[in-house]
Formats: sequence, structure tokens, C-alpha cells
Amino acid sequence: MAAHSEVHYNLDERYVFSDKAKKNIFIVLILGIVFFAIGVATLALGGGGGEHHALAFGDPNASVSAEGHHGVSWLTRLKADLWINNVFFLGITVIGVFFTSIQYAAHAGWSAALKRVPEAFGSFLPIMLVLMLAVFVWAGHDLYHWTHESLYDPNHADYDEVMVGKRPFLNTTFFLATLVIFIGGWYAFWLFIRKNSLAEDIEGGTHRFWKIKTLATLFIIFLAITSSIGAWMWVMSIDSHWFSTMFGWYMFASWHVSGLATITLTVLYLKGDGYLKMVNENHLHDLGKFVFAFSIFWTYVWFAQFLLIYYANIPEETYYYIERFTSATYFPTFIMNVLLNFILPFFGLMTRDAKRKEIILKVVCFGVLIGHWIDFFLMITPGVVKEQGGFGFMELGLIMIYVAAFAFVIANALSKAPLVAKNHPMLKESLNHHI
Amino acid sequence: MEKNKHFLVGIFEDQDELMHAVEHIRHEGVKIHEVYTPYPIHGLEHALGYKRSYMPRAAFLFGLTGGSLALTLETWTMAFNWPMIIGGKSHWAFPDFVPVTFEGTVLIAAFGMVGTFLVESALHPLKAPRLFDRRATDDKLVMAIDLGNNSLNEDQIKAVLKDAHAKEVYRKDFTDEDNKESFVKYLVDLFTKGVTSSSRKLG
Repeated sequence: MAAHSEVHYNLDERYVFSDKAKKNIFIVLILGIVFFAIGVATLALGGGGGEHHALAFGDPNASVSAEGHHGVSWLTRLKADLWINNVFFLGITVIGVFFTSIQYAAHAGWSAALKRVPEAFGSFLPIMLVLMLAVFVWAGHDLYHWTHESLYDPNHADYDEVMVGKRPFLNTTFFLATLVIFIGGWYAFWLFIRKNSLAEDIEGGTHRFWKIKTLATLFIIFLAITSSIGAWMWVMSIDSHWFSTMFGWYMFASWHVSGLATITLTVLYLKGDGYLKMVNENHLHDLGKFVFAFSIFWTYVWFAQFLLIYYANIPEETYYYIERFTSATYFPTFIMNVLLNFILPFFGLMTRDAKRKEIILKVVCFGVLIGHWIDFFLMITPGVVKEQGGFGFMELGLIMIYVAAFAFVIANALSKAPLVAKNHPMLKESLNHHI
Repeated sequence: MEKNKHFLVGIFEDQDELMHAVEHIRHEGVKIHEVYTPYPIHGLEHALGYKRSYMPRAAFLFGLTGGSLALTLETWTMAFNWPMIIGGKSHWAFPDFVPVTFEGTVLIAAFGMVGTFLVESALHPLKAPRLFDRRATDDKLVMAIDLGNNSLNEDQIKAVLKDAHAKEVYRKDFTDEDNKESFVKYLVDLFTKGVTSSSRKLG
């Protein structure tokens, strides 16, 4: 029985954030800035700004008023892009903590050898909080229709009773409070989990495991509530009149798949660099199953949300999809969304062999990440810039800048702690994992 | 049609001993008919040299069949045979068909898998089940070796089994009568005698 024979791995290995890795991240950052500059220059000079008045599809209430709106310029598009990346990377970051937590809550042993990877993701949370706050303070007025004071003034032409009704929830104070409390809370949970996890490396024993389990369980409950409210607040309220009871799940599903794909890619990167020798195709198989299963879960939620609205055919709800279906700008991305987020992982990762091959996992995870960025693009852009959205050098550059920042912080966090939690009570199970 | 079958049955008590025994016995060139255990033993299927099951492929094909059937049914009924407008949608309103297509896929895949599994594991009603040793459902690990399928003779195989630390070795014969595939007999026995029916040869 080969599986039971003792193989000795280096459990004390540490990730070294090499100059080569730093250089690569720096190249991505510089390329990103260059692309971003090219994108901004073409849009600013190419007549993208100025007097375009967006057509508000279907929704009479959301029509762009002359006052307070100065057309849709490249700057508004930039604000939407920033918000997409903020929400997308916030999701990937928090899913790292979530993934760690479910391993503890479920007493999962298989992942013990690679658990430092998702655990490191949490270190990006404070940066995300700053970015979210900064972008909201700067761009909130353009992103969120409900921030317009005139909507709540009974004497103003824009007075909107529906928005007045939503005001107790949709207001700047509450919005900022959710950002600080939710993301701050996630970070606090992460700090405690991390502290215990690192202490376990020194102390050994199982008491740290039980402590983390309690924290993890509380975090999952906290995240269940906060991610849903966050989804309504941060993303759904962009289309201020539109609502969907499935939105919290839907966005969380999108986050979850993106996070799982990023965890898989990070593990594969570390393996390619010669680390994590104990993580073999059995662990990759399980990660692949996660990406496969939650891609299907995303599809289910995404489709269920659409089907309910399509079937009920209520104007307040359908305009959201009409905006995305009938537009030459957004319809191709709508199709890409299904292809990359469902067809690709469904058929790409269906067989056992596919989940155990690094190259297939890399291709599918990368495709899924692009797909879910597109998903957030479709959630956010049409509501902010109406027909003026698009994907160009500016978007590409911004993504690369965010990727570089994320990669730098995560690599830094990985290098700060031993790469293997050597005193994790279930490490042996993980080392012998065989499916 | 199966004829009289002669088996040697080896009883083991320890999982690790069984694993080593399987390796040893296969190394000696004896073909093992099957091993029955009260609980799944990780790695046993590799030790026995089983190829990967084709069940996943069967599931995919059954699923494809079920999905196509459901979609065809909906298309034919809703768009051709008796076109109806429901909720202002077109006759062929694909999004509405997706849940039923999904359910059809799951249903036929599940039925197909159960059927395939029963046939594959020889558990279907038309087949008289062969029970080598009742204790395989309790605390013993039971290995069956088909004498007709091996080039070594009975005594040689017995020696190999003993050599592999089998706690008991005995011969078990299934006669023509036992192998007779009578669904009626099976049902009658099942209702009159329950699991102790004569159509299930008990140890």
C-alpha cells in the first residue's frame, strides 16, 4: 500500500518572496499603468467625455436628470471600473478567510497542508477597506442614484417616493457603516484566526484548533448575513429601483467561485515554484471539485434569478435584463458570462482526470476568473454608465494594477509565516490524502 | 447461461492482513473472483487491480438522454402539438424549459445509474444472488476464488490461501439449481421466507 508508506516532507519550509517574483509583479504593475494611461488618453481625447446623455432603458424613474448629472464621461466609466475591481477583489479576499473557516467548521482534514494559502488572503482586507471607502467617497455620487439629494425633496422635479421609502436603508451613513463594520469585522475575525493559527505552529496540541473552529463558525454566520447585506448595499443599489431577493446569494456565489479559482491558481503557482511538495493531485482534485461544483451553483443562482424575473414579467424587475439583453455593448458579455462561468468549468472539469491535471485546472480557473470579472462588470457597469460601458485598455490596465497589488500583499503575507501549519492536528490526514 | 460453479472461500479477520493477502495471492498467479467486506476498505480496489468504473460515462450518457427527452417533450407539446401562449412568452420559451430539462436529466441519470449499478453488481431480481459467507456482512472479510477460472488446482490454491494467513478456507459449490434464474421463485421466496430464502444460498 503505497499510500500508507511514510514520505518525509519539509514541514518547516517558508515561502521566500524572491526578487524574481517581485520583478514579475512590478512588470505587471507597470504594464497595467501603461495600459491604463493609454486607455484614459484614448477615451479622454477620443470624444468619450462631454455631452453624451445616456438613454435610460425602460425605467422612467432612473432617467438621467439634467441637474447633478453631467452626462456619462470616461471618468464615470473609470469610477464604475474601480468599483468592479473593488467588489471583485474584496470577494476573492474574503473567500480566502471563508474557505479557511469552512475547513475548520467541517473538520476537513484534506486541506490542512494547503491551508496557509487561503489564510494569507485575509491580509488584503484592510487595503480593500481603504479602497472601498476612498472610491465611495470620491465616486459614490456617480455610482449610486440614491445619493442624489433632489430625490428626497418633495418640491423638486426629481422627487421619488420609492426612493424616499428606501432611504432608511440606502443612505450614506448606513453605507459607510456597512463598509467599516462588515469589512472591519471580517478583518477582525481573520486576525484572531491567524493569531491562533500561528500560535499553533509553536505550541502544538489541539486547543488552538478548537478555538479557531469557534471563530470560524462565528465568522461563517457573520459572513452569511454581512455578505448578503453588502451585496444589496454595494452592488444591487446601483440600480436603485431594481431589486432581487436572490442577489445576496448570487453575488456570494460569484465571489466564492472567484475565490476558489484564485486559491487553486495560487497553490499551483507555489507548486510550480517548488513549494508545497505535499500537495499532490489528490488535493488538486478536491480543489477542482470545489471550482466545478460552485460554478454549477453560481449558474443555478444566476439562472434562478433570471428565470423568476423573466417569468413574472414585472416591469420594475425586467428592465434590468432588458438593459443587458438589448444592448449591443452588453449582450456579448452576457453570452461570455455563461460560456466562461458555466460551459467552461462544467465540461472542462467534469471528468476525474481533468481535475487532476495542472494545465487544465490552470486554464479553467483563469477562464472562470475572467468570467466572474465579466459577471461583476454586468452587475455594475450598465447601472452606472448605461450604454457607454465597454472594455478597453483602461479596464485591462486597472485589472492588472489590482492583480499586482493583490499578488504583492498575498506573497508578502505568505512569506511571513511557515507555508505549512506543521502542528495542525489533521496534517497527517492531509499528507496521506488519497482519493 | 452459467453452469455449476465451484469456489474456494477464504476468511480473513484483519484489514491489513487481507490487503497483504490480496497482493500475495495475485502475485502467485491466482485470480480472485471477488472480496466481500462489511465496510469499504480504502485502496482494496487498486490492490485487486480493478479498472476504473465506467459508471461516470454511463451517467453522462443517461443524463444526456434524459435532458434531450425532456427538452424534446416540451418543445413538441408546447410549440408544435398544441401551441400555447403562457404569460405572453413565445411558444418556445427556452428559459421556462430549463428547469424541466434539468429535472429530466437528473431523473434519467439517477434511474440509469441505479439500473446500471444493479446489473453491474449482479443484484438485479432475475439473478439469483450468490452469498458466499454471511459473516461478510458482520465481522469477516471474505475472499472468493473461482476454481473454474484458475489454472492452479484446488489444493494448490488452498495452500496459497493458507500461506496468505486466511483464518478459514473452505470450498463452496453453486449448483445449476442455485443459478436458475427464476423471477417468480425469487419473489415467492422473498415473500414467504424473507432473506433466508433458498434462492439465496447461505453460508
